Amino acid sequence: MTVETTLALTEQDVRSYSAKVEEAAWMADFRSNALAKAEVLEMPTPDKTKITKWNFTEFPSHTVESSIFAGLEEMPTEAKALIDDEQQQNIYVQHNNTPAYLSLSEDLKSQGVILTDIFTASREHSELLQKYLMTDGVKVDEHKLTALHAALINGGVFVYVPKNVVIEDPLQVLFIHDNEEASLFNHVVIVAEENSQVTYVESYLSTMEHAETQANIVSEVFAMANAKIVYGSVDVLAEGMTTYVNRRGVTGPHARIEWALGLMNDGNTISENITHLVGDGSSSDMKSVVVGRGSQKQNFTSEIVHWGLDTDGFILKHGVMKENSSAIFNGIGRIAKGATRSNAVQESRILMLGERGRGDANPILLIDENDVTAGHAASVGRVDPLQMFYLMSRGISQEEAERLIIHGFLAPVVSKLPIAGVRKQLTEVIERKVR
Amino acid sequence: MAILEIKDLHVQIEDKEILKGITLTINTNEIHAIMGPNGTGKSTLAAAIMGHPKYEVTSGSITIDGEDVLAMAVDERAKAGLFLAMQYPSEITGVTNADFLRSGVNARREEGDEISLMKFIREMDSKMEVLEMEEDMATRYLNEGFSGGEKKRNEILQLMMLKPKFAVLDEIDSGLDIDALKIVSNGINQMRGEGFGCLIITHYQRLLDYIEPDKVHIIMQGKIVKTGGSELAKKLEVEGYDWIKNELGIEDETVGQEA
Repeated sequence: MTVETTLALTEQDVRSYSAKVEEAAWMADFRSNALAKAEVLEMPTPDKTKITKWNFTEFPSHTVESSIFAGLEEMPTEAKALIDDEQQQNIYVQHNNTPAYLSLSEDLKSQGVILTDIFTASREHSELLQKYLMTDGVKVDEHKLTALHAALINGGVFVYVPKNVVIEDPLQVLFIHDNEEASLFNHVVIVAEENSQVTYVESYLSTMEHAETQANIVSEVFAMANAKIVYGSVDVLAEGMTTYVNRRGVTGPHARIEWALGLMNDGNTISENITHLVGDGSSSDMKSVVVGRGSQKQNFTSEIVHWGLDTDGFILKHGVMKENSSAIFNGIGRIAKGATRSNAVQESRILMLGERGRGDANPILLIDENDVTAGHAASVGRVDPLQMFYLMSRGISQEEAERLIIHGFLAPVVSKLPIAGVRKQLTEVIERKVR
Repeated sequence: MAILEIKDLHVQIEDKEILKGITLTINTNEIHAIMGPNGTGKSTLAAAIMGHPKYEVTSGSITIDGEDVLAMAVDERAKAGLFLAMQYPSEITGVTNADFLRSGVNARREEGDEISLMKFIREMDSKMEVLEMEEDMATRYLNEGFSGGEKKRNEILQLMMLKPKFAVLDEIDSGLDIDALKIVSNGINQMRGEGFGCLIITHYQRLLDYIEPDKVHIIMQGKIVKTGGSELAKKLEVEGYDWIKNELGIEDETVGQEA
């Protein structure tokens, strides 16, 4: 497929899109202001990865119309496999750019929990969304891609958990990508009010192998005082898709945000995951696993910024690189002045499977306060021959031994995902990618 | 009955010759002990039998029922009936002990004839009981965060589950207190009998109080210098190694020295 149209969207285009999706009136101005900024702002400059030739601005079409699903059984087979039999509710499905299915239990509704697509959220929860949409989390004007994202949002989801509400079962969101022309400008906002708890699991799933489109995704996650958010994601977007994905969290006092990200895209990807530990005593656990293959280029930044006193941050990233793939892993623990008794710990490990791949693990500690603790471990290496010897000495074949070691290496994220179907899918994707 | 034959085995590591002609025959239903002070080549023998990647066999042969072990990859050696209980087993994150064990058990079985999960769990539970292992050892990651004693028990658990024809136990007693030593010995003694042969590598006689060997070999300077029955081990316990050195005119028993 060739990309025939260079879509430089105009202010008129974004305004008419805004009207077409019937979102809140303020969204039209929000988009048009952002578009003006996108024209003048510079591209981001991810450390050690040159993205000047990456295509972030041209795509076949801004939106495509896709079918809605009257029931989960109408979804593609790959998507159905992600849903557990015992959990058939509290699910939102987006089909390319179309909100396609929503189920939220009466119980959660009655407690004031919101789970809805971003357009509906702008109409029905206008003030709430406006308060959080690209204000305190990711700013519109950080760089060209955040501004472009804001102007072109064409999907996403809004999750709101009122004060003192603890949601036991995970909320599940599926972003199904089965149209080669579809680009994803998804925006996710999750707000957990004081003393609330929620587990959110999203899946990005391309059902085709190749698509010359792009994804520019922003998630903003807010955990208020004493709240806890577990955010799981498995990204499996097609080869040929250029992806910028920015997931950011902000914590109130004694709040906690846990991330478990399985970053399995087959295209070039810039992924940024940052938690700002603003409230005293708040904490974040940030785990991501990656498999690179083919000739894809990827850049992963995981950063925890300590602002509050007694904040605790742990970053783990494990990557497997094969063939000609290359990836930069930046792990950043930043402790601001005044964040006394903070603790910033990180671990980055890269396993090289081929001869020609490239993996850089860059552990960075930026500390502006004295009374803190910090630590990092980083390594780039091949499968340990002694581990192989040990496993094979029990009769396990070389192939199976290597498989066990790789799955074990990537287990920290797999084992954190609370939905069996998603866990299974991630295991299968890893299997497919490392084979 | 099976037979493990080692003939004139020479082994080097990084161009340094450690074993200088070891000859040893073990039948199933026999327990042999290899004893000797540190640095004499005991662990090298264990590693070479299993095919450790760092050790190079320069000459000699190892066969199991006439089959050339040295031509086999490590996993093939295991499938041919060999087992090595390691002194320093690797830690493998993310792989549970139970998954690992089940892979090992199934590797010995034909495809389509894998052990049923229930049967596997029952068997593992009963062996863990013999070894007085905590239940959570099955679901913990392989050797990760295990104490020295837990690692040794875990090696013997694998031995009991995999049921090899020949087991080499490399210093399985090191770092064990007397209670743990009894438990581990109990596990090994349960294996004893028809169809099982064992080579115990140790430098203390202590373990042999609980597992009575049929034959005891003393290794010095990379060679077996003396062979006897279990009374040889008892004599070592009382008199140490010096009398052997005197008898053979050896001043320094470690590898690299010549008599």
